[in-house]
Amino acid sequence: MRLLNRGKPRTRLSNSTLLFIIAGIIFLLMYGIAIVSFPVSFRQFQTFFDFFNLNAALFITTLGMCIVIIGGGIDISVGAVCGLVTMACALLLQSGAGNVWGALFLALGIGLAFGLMHGFLIAYLEIQPFIITLAGMFLAQGLLTTLHKEPLNVTNPDFVALRRFTIEIPWLGTVNRLGVFIPCEIKPGVIVVVALVVLYAVLMKWSSFGRNLYAVGGNRHSARMLGINVKKTIFLSYVLCGLTAGISGFVFLMTTGAGNIGNGALYEIKAIAANVMGGIMLSGGVGNLLGAPIGTLTLLTINELIRAAGVQSNLQAIVAGLLLYLFIVLQSIIMALRDRREFRLALPPWLKPHRS
Amino acid sequence: MQPEIILKMEGICKSFPGVKALHNVDFVLRRGEIHALMGENGAGKSTLIKILTGVYQKDAGQVYLEGRLVHFKSPQDAQNMGIGTVFQEIALCPNLTVAENMFIGRSRGAFVNWKQMNESAAKMLNSLGIPASPTQELASCSIAVQQMIAIARAVDMDCKILILDEPTSSLDEDETKKLFALMHELKARGVGIIFITHFIDQVYEISDRITVLRNGELIGEYLTAELPQIELVSKMMGKALSDVSAIKKHEPPKSDDSVPVFEARGLSSATGVRPFDFSVHKGEVNGFAGLLGSGRSESVRAIFAADKVTGGEVKINGKVVKIRTPLDAMKQGIGYLPEDRKSDGIIDELSVRDNIILALQVMKGFFRPLSRKQAEEFANQYIQLLEIKTPSLDTSVKSLSGGNQQKAILARWLLTHPMYLILDEPTRGIDVGTKVEIQKLVLKLAAEGMSLTFISSEIDEMLRVCSRLIVMRDREIVGELSGVDLTEQNVMQMIAQGGGE
Repeated sequence: MRLLNRGKPRTRLSNSTLLFIIAGIIFLLMYGIAIVSFPVSFRQFQTFFDFFNLNAALFITTLGMCIVIIGGGIDISVGAVCGLVTMACALLLQSGAGNVWGALFLALGIGLAFGLMHGFLIAYLEIQPFIITLAGMFLAQGLLTTLHKEPLNVTNPDFVALRRFTIEIPWLGTVNRLGVFIPCEIKPGVIVVVALVVLYAVLMKWSSFGRNLYAVGGNRHSARMLGINVKKTIFLSYVLCGLTAGISGFVFLMTTGAGNIGNGALYEIKAIAANVMGGIMLSGGVGNLLGAPIGTLTLLTINELIRAAGVQSNLQAIVAGLLLYLFIVLQSIIMALRDRREFRLALPPWLKPHRS
Repeated sequence: MQPEIILKMEGICKSFPGVKALHNVDFVLRRGEIHALMGENGAGKSTLIKILTGVYQKDAGQVYLEGRLVHFKSPQDAQNMGIGTVFQEIALCPNLTVAENMFIGRSRGAFVNWKQMNESAAKMLNSLGIPASPTQELASCSIAVQQMIAIARAVDMDCKILILDEPTSSLDEDETKKLFALMHELKARGVGIIFITHFIDQVYEISDRITVLRNGELIGEYLTAELPQIELVSKMMGKALSDVSAIKKHEPPKSDDSVPVFEARGLSSATGVRPFDFSVHKGEVNGFAGLLGSGRSESVRAIFAADKVTGGEVKINGKVVKIRTPLDAMKQGIGYLPEDRKSDGIIDELSVRDNIILALQVMKGFFRPLSRKQAEEFANQYIQLLEIKTPSLDTSVKSLSGGNQQKAILARWLLTHPMYLILDEPTRGIDVGTKVEIQKLVLKLAAEGMSLTFISSEIDEMLRVCSRLIVMRDREIVGELSGVDLTEQNVMQMIAQGGGE
């Protein structure tokens, strides 16, 4: 290995890239196991697309969470905000006071409001993000139950049309037992997911905001010394996360069609778990944004595997919890091993300690 | 011809809650000069620099940049006006690439042009001869390379003023030469360079002028060529040099037949020191000498059970005792001032008072708290005794200078009245004056009957203080020196030869 690389300046993989590749391999491994264990369902492309169709809101929440985690923070209000948005939009549509556009603006508005508030308190008043967003979570949950306690189906015709709308992929699908070709279907929510993934990935890689956020997450003190406006950067990350949670609420409603107090429950936990599985380090500054959807897919695959295996639901939670421990420990071990190895190899010859 | 003045700071004052960090300090920098800012730890050098770079806001005074009154509200402000800084602790982001670290926070654009950035970075790295690739993650560079990258960043900002705060502390001789060459180059281009260092030789090698600060006050500005080194040192310390050499070694009472205060046989710990025998008598100051990593610290940590003890027998005053945890050791009257002040010693957020009474409180048990009055009495007593410079008992210990933090930890142990105190590198990273004070104190304590073990990387310091040296090499005791044999030459020889005949 070393002989091959001699003479060429060797640029090692960054931690973000390494963890992203590992996350990708783990996902492929999990999906491979799933295909081998349950070929009937997992070999169908539709099963893969259904991950997105049914969980579009979770994917979106995870993206927002990913951004604040890269900045070295956390936002545990996202699930509750998502739930609140579904109920608020359902109420608006059912009362007849607003149309689909109105509901969309309401969703964005609620998300933005939470984001602005959290961002201000965390960035400018320098309060612990965990505490602030915990308060935000209680606030959003309280508002949600205050708005309406019963499940609320949305019957607004425009919205129902939007919700029923599906896109068929004519060249991809399966042939059923009767020999009829069934094309794969995707829902509009999936388009939102894809659009946001692309948008945020570009933002994190090519925008000043994105790079500043990595710097702040990596070392806040240094970032300030490098002339980055740390407070503004952190502020914006929470605004973006809140806004994203608002979008996820709207997409959630497009998926289930009803406001419900259980909507978005535990999404914050799932989003954190998905990010960890996607190679985003909770310590901040390390992780590829594309890891967020990959991690979500891993999480969903694992859940689906457990479900398909017919394990009781409480056992599912136990298995998921244990796996999460495993992932976090794995990350730390990789990082620790890496630093030790690099400590020996990365030393340029003119810096090697002189031995007498 | 008088060179043009580019920076003028006048009557700068800065206080932190209770501490006057700077009082009415003036500072002048001319174009194309290398100006050394000198002073002991806590003299106010860092504070002055932080005001100049917008990290702190001054309480009073004016800053003129090229004759214009300016006011820096943030590091970014200062950067934009052409003040580049390389801090002692490298202020770069380890998770970003080398190129990013050179350019981030500088462009106003909303997007990053990676290609262009990497190209400019490559050019810059090449011209300065820095062995790093622009796309490499900074964390994969060595500390010295990171330091050079920080300088490259500052230089590339077209700075008029470059501040180098202890840039050479992590560089070896060759690298220092390279850095000095770079400084000369910049000087020729008309950049004013402020250079802070502890290495007096380097100051005389490169600087044109010297400004000395002491206790937050300006002592004076001198041309380097006209200020003898001895005078510089005494100006920094504020005392005549005779004080330094006035330390007289104290000879321990003859104790060959008496029972040692502490005795260990075959002691070993999980960190891998070879089982060793060791004893210390009443009123003795001994030391562990050896190269860094020879097992000096590991040995004393084993005595204090700071690392897991894996074998051996320990006697206190001739009686066999079991010491398994630091608390056991404390209860036997052993105190240990750890090598790493920041991580093992001070508790940052606690006040000076609480830091001082900590060990005593632990020994009493948490259910029998010291009363506030008692605590204040104890703390005051030792603040006076050790001359700890603190504005009040309630000041958090992190705002004190390094030397004063060290004294606070020392006070913590003295308060428990240990019969045997281990000091592991008590003088590292603190200024000359405090060093001398601590050395004096060690000898005074020994004269009063305390037994001490003193470890230092500076061999002459150990020779001055210790009456017996245990020499270590490769985690093993290779010999002992005392009396007339105790010379620097012999210690070196023993380390080099490993004690073998």
